[in-house]
Amino acid sequence: MMGINLFQILNGLTFAALIFIVASGFTLIFGLLRIVNLAHGALYLVGGLAGYSAAKASGSFVVGALAAMALVAALGAVLDRGLLSFVRGVELRQVLLTLGVAFLLNDISLVIWGGDTFSVPVPEALRGAMWIGGGMYPKYRIFVLILGLLVFAALWLLLNKTRLGALIRAGVDDPEMVEAMGINIQRVFLGTFMLGAALAGLGGGVGGAFLTLYPSADAEILVFSLAVVIIGGRGSLVGAALGALLVGLLNAIGQVMFPELAYFVIFGPMAVLLAFRPLGLFGRAA
Amino acid sequence: MVLLALAVLPAFLPSYQVSVITQVLIFSVLAMSIDILAGFAGRTSLGHGAIFGVSSYVAIYWTSTLGGDIWIGIALGILAATALAGVFAALAIRTSGVYFLLLTLALGMIVWGVCLRWTAVTGGENGLRGVGRPVFIADHASFYYAVLIVVAPLTWLMWRLVHSPFGLTLRGIRDSESRMRSLGYNVPLHLFVAFVLSGFFAGVAGGLYVLFNNFVSPSTVQLSQSVSALLMAITGGVGTLLGSFVGAAAIIVLENAVSAYTARWPSVLGIAFVLIMIFAPEGVVGRARLLLARRRFRSSKPNHSGG
Repeated sequence: MMGINLFQILNGLTFAALIFIVASGFTLIFGLLRIVNLAHGALYLVGGLAGYSAAKASGSFVVGALAAMALVAALGAVLDRGLLSFVRGVELRQVLLTLGVAFLLNDISLVIWGGDTFSVPVPEALRGAMWIGGGMYPKYRIFVLILGLLVFAALWLLLNKTRLGALIRAGVDDPEMVEAMGINIQRVFLGTFMLGAALAGLGGGVGGAFLTLYPSADAEILVFSLAVVIIGGRGSLVGAALGALLVGLLNAIGQVMFPELAYFVIFGPMAVLLAFRPLGLFGRAA
Repeated sequence: MVLLALAVLPAFLPSYQVSVITQVLIFSVLAMSIDILAGFAGRTSLGHGAIFGVSSYVAIYWTSTLGGDIWIGIALGILAATALAGVFAALAIRTSGVYFLLLTLALGMIVWGVCLRWTAVTGGENGLRGVGRPVFIADHASFYYAVLIVVAPLTWLMWRLVHSPFGLTLRGIRDSESRMRSLGYNVPLHLFVAFVLSGFFAGVAGGLYVLFNNFVSPSTVQLSQSVSALLMAITGGVGTLLGSFVGAAAIIVLENAVSAYTARWPSVLGIAFVLIMIFAPEGVVGRARLLLARRRFRSSKPNHSGG
């Protein structure tokens, strides 16, 4: 394949890591709470912009990322408790409601930050490039790749190896039973929702440094997250990781080989996959 | 009656209002095309804005870039929309509920991405400008009549469709897919045909929109187009085909009123969506029907307390 080299593969992997961070939050909420949060892309954008402002004001990238996570987690709590509680249990109405919230958040961020493109400032230590396999590669992207791996590991451990993870999984299958055992399942669900939202905020804070933030970024990242979750299957962490890997690599290849039709290169395979497995690679029937 | 009232409207109203009503008629067709799926087959689509917009893109590309005849352009646009609906349908009909919504959303976004990036053909963000309406429908009133002449029989056709045995089968599928399957109905085929027909109607709306607006850009195919059209169908009442007219009128009048004061239309659209989902998910006409049915129920059983 002409033009595909280590550099592009690394681009694909680092992009995959970023969309995994965002999509893992989406799949957490979708898989465990059965809520399709179409405001996830807007949460990413708001998180990124807030992270940008906080990083500018404090001069610290870490403060920016933490502020992004905190703000978006709070927004998630408001969304879950303030609005979604009115339509609990009706899937389609939940989805459409979050869609309305997405429009609202996107428009509000347009009012606050304007229509300009922002780039979250990268800390000194992560600027510049480093030698990898005989070529130079931006340090920051390597950092995102490592962060993506860390998020995957942390989520996997949380869900599979902790009491909280067991509670979440049990709560999905049989909320009444968990409730009867004296556990406040609603609080567990709220926490899950906030964690999922915070991951969107983290994605915004981190992604804002190499994808930049602009008014339609929320829609683009939402589509990538959707593709990841559709390919991976609902609520599967491993599926999301594989989906992100596939989407990231296809995106890198597509941008080099068919720059104008890069979207087709990503979504063509997704379409073919769906023709054979409508529930995605790791999807289970509900 | 309604038709008669619509026919004499331009005689009384200033041209701006006539063009707003023209817009309402065009978007009613789009909203009804969504309702065929959402209300009768139980499949909520978020990709219809893309199908609608592709029809517009093809028609304008044919006339302005290739210099072709506008009517052939519109015919090709409708054909393209129908074909695109076929592709969407083939991918989406095996899913239902939230998955169907997500899939049509993602497919619509692909179309949007292609329209945005494929600058050589679509003009990218700048969009494409058409060659304008033919002379005989150039002014507001005559164009209004032209649209009315198309929309009236089209509405009748859609109404016949959802009240035909085919439409009843769709409703059966909406209520219980497994029952219909065990009764021997070819469920995927019915859904496929319904989606393609729905795409055809959305394509016609896109063709009319070309004549109305003479301009197409990625914002024509983007998600907010699908969303506002779906909101029209929902506001009118899902499953009440003619409610789409009420919904389209409500949303378009709201849009015009809001944009006269503020540029924050997306916020208003978002809030409207949230409020309708919380308070009136069955829509205006749907709610009216519900109340009417309750009243009938009460009056037919006077001794029965509670409704």
